[in-house]
Amino acid sequence: MESNRRSFLKIGGICALGLGALPVTKALARKAVPQVSEFPEALKANQWAMVVDMKKCWEKAEEDCKDCILACHQYHNVPDIGTLKEEIKWIWQESYHDTFHDQATQFNIENIEHNPIMVLCNHCTSPPCVRVCPTKATFKDKKSGIVKMDYHRCIGCRFCMAGCPYGARSFNFRDPIPYIKTELNMEYPARERGVVEKCSFCTERLARGLFPACVEACRHGALTFGDITDPNSSVRKVLAENYSIKRKPELGTGPNVYYII
Amino acid sequence: MLERALTGSQQYYRLLMGLLILMGMGFAAYLYQLNTGLTVTGLSRDVSWGFYIAQFTFLVGVAASAVMVVLPYYLHNVKVFGRITILGEFLAVASVTMCLLFIIVDLGKPMRLLNVILYPSPNSILFWDMIVLNGYLFLNIVIGWNVLEAERKGTAAPSWLKPLIYVSIPWAISIHTVTAFLYAGLPGRHLWLHSILAARFLASAFASGPALLILLAFVLKKYTKFDAGKEAIDKLSQVVLYGMLVSIFFLGLEFFTAFYSNIPSHQHGLKYLFVGLDGHGKLVPFMWLFALLALAAVVLLINPNTRKQEKTLKIACLCVFFAMWIEKGLGLVIGGFIPNPFEQVREYLPTVPELIITIGIWATGFFVLTILYKIAVSVKEEVE
Ligand code: SF4
Ligand code: SF4
Repeated sequence: MESNRRSFLKIGGICALGLGALPVTKALARKAVPQVSEFPEALKANQWAMVVDMKKCWEKAEEDCKDCILACHQYHNVPDIGTLKEEIKWIWQESYHDTFHDQATQFNIENIEHNPIMVLCNHCTSPPCVRVCPTKATFKDKKSGIVKMDYHRCIGCRFCMAGCPYGARSFNFRDPIPYIKTELNMEYPARERGVVEKCSFCTERLARGLFPACVEACRHGALTFGDITDPNSSVRKVLAENYSIKRKPELGTGPNVYYII
Repeated sequence: MLERALTGSQQYYRLLMGLLILMGMGFAAYLYQLNTGLTVTGLSRDVSWGFYIAQFTFLVGVAASAVMVVLPYYLHNVKVFGRITILGEFLAVASVTMCLLFIIVDLGKPMRLLNVILYPSPNSILFWDMIVLNGYLFLNIVIGWNVLEAERKGTAAPSWLKPLIYVSIPWAISIHTVTAFLYAGLPGRHLWLHSILAARFLASAFASGPALLILLAFVLKKYTKFDAGKEAIDKLSQVVLYGMLVSIFFLGLEFFTAFYSNIPSHQHGLKYLFVGLDGHGKLVPFMWLFALLALAAVVLLINPNTRKQEKTLKIACLCVFFAMWIEKGLGLVIGGFIPNPFEQVREYLPTVPELIITIGIWATGFFVLTILYKIAVSVKEEVE
């Protein structure tokens, strides 16, 4: 601790000398910053993926079940702004018709047109949001395949919102903190005004060996989570047994959220 | 040379004062936005870019159009443009200034702006846009200033300037191409996802920019001793005409592809803009105004009689400018977000603070332009 503080002061002093000292700071910083080591219980995958079994959701759950949404939004301190214009959402419901407008047939079995579909960020294999971000505040983690965000780097240009063809991103138009209506979770940072946010596939929970909050919260097993590259994973098993679809596969983004309808 | 900006007629001061007041109002509105967040704008989760980015896009075009006087003069030796290249270059400087300001006011975290440089991301078109825009600003300041300086001294422009001038020509094309790429490469935004978008941007720029230049030349003629010359104006008006015709043609191509292929997602954006979608059509009156203005402009410009008459030419240029401003500064950017990725229509209209900030930035641009033109005109008056 003490030595950390000393080197911190040292770096601070050098910084005060001006930008000319940047290379020195860098050299020192390289020594001073400890390597991040992973928790032994961390869950690992090459590409995390989710299978959303809407059949189970529709058949087994009560009509107004929103367990997954509540769990996610509570865990991540997602504010409830209360307007369509500025709402912030990580996982939410859209109708089958609106979600799959490109593949919905007119006369569907049992008239599922208006049934809800759970939608969230697809953690795309080649994500356009990452491609367009001018600061790498949105980036694809090569180790886990998760599309992550750095809220401290984002400049709020909202290019990623234009780039995402799934409407998965929300922008903090105002200070979100007064609008956090659930109990504050001290383990996850609240965001500031002016940055973009979206589903993180619960990266920080995976690091502690926990499944995503939504997956854990669903009482009907409608959400399956696992490594899509591993043929023996739970997701691959579910996919092998059921016919599934993805949102807008024709765009080449390679979504990693699958739907069983 | 800068001192020439400090002395001027009563009218000059009054103009500057007026612009300063507008700038002050814009700045105050911006402070309000900075303190409250972009919630004060009409922007939403679905229409996440609006008026600011649309103005930016339009003004990149105006800036790029300087090439329409520089290129004929330097590459084809069109002598009549000699007197007005400086006007084109200084117009570019003012326009790019506005572009940069519009980007800044659109950011959620403007204080982190430097992150674009600290974490350079060549995969992002915005990164390249930053480079080409700043480069273009730099080129035009250096070129304009040195050419003017040489003119004042009665010498030839320094020889190192020539390569820069030649570079500035493709550079002008690049700024609008790169700006079009901001839009034209996004999957799932069908109104933008056309390879013709960059060409369309350039064509409309070559209509709106020179149209503004003609209007500015008339203003200068009225209030100063500077006369661009009949021939230069006539040549420019031809550029405007062709720019306009090509723009309309390109727009027609988009309509053909969307409606003959009959692919719904390709039609939605255009339908929303011109007839409304699912009962929503806030932009419809504007788009028809665009069509009307464009038609009027073409009629006035195609007929040599009306094109050569100062009065009708002015009207035609105003029509072109506002038509293109609506088409690009309103329709194209906003229309691209409607319908949203769930094919729901969520509309957008700018709010009052948004408009005040926008006016403030336009005033800033005209403030810069007034000062630069004042310097240029004083030098030219002195030489003559
Ligand atoms: S769904 Fe959207 S936000 Fe998520 S990775 Fe894909 S493009 Fe990015
Ligand atoms: S809003 Fe933030 S995350 Fe999105 S593109 Fe801009 S800097 Fe990147």
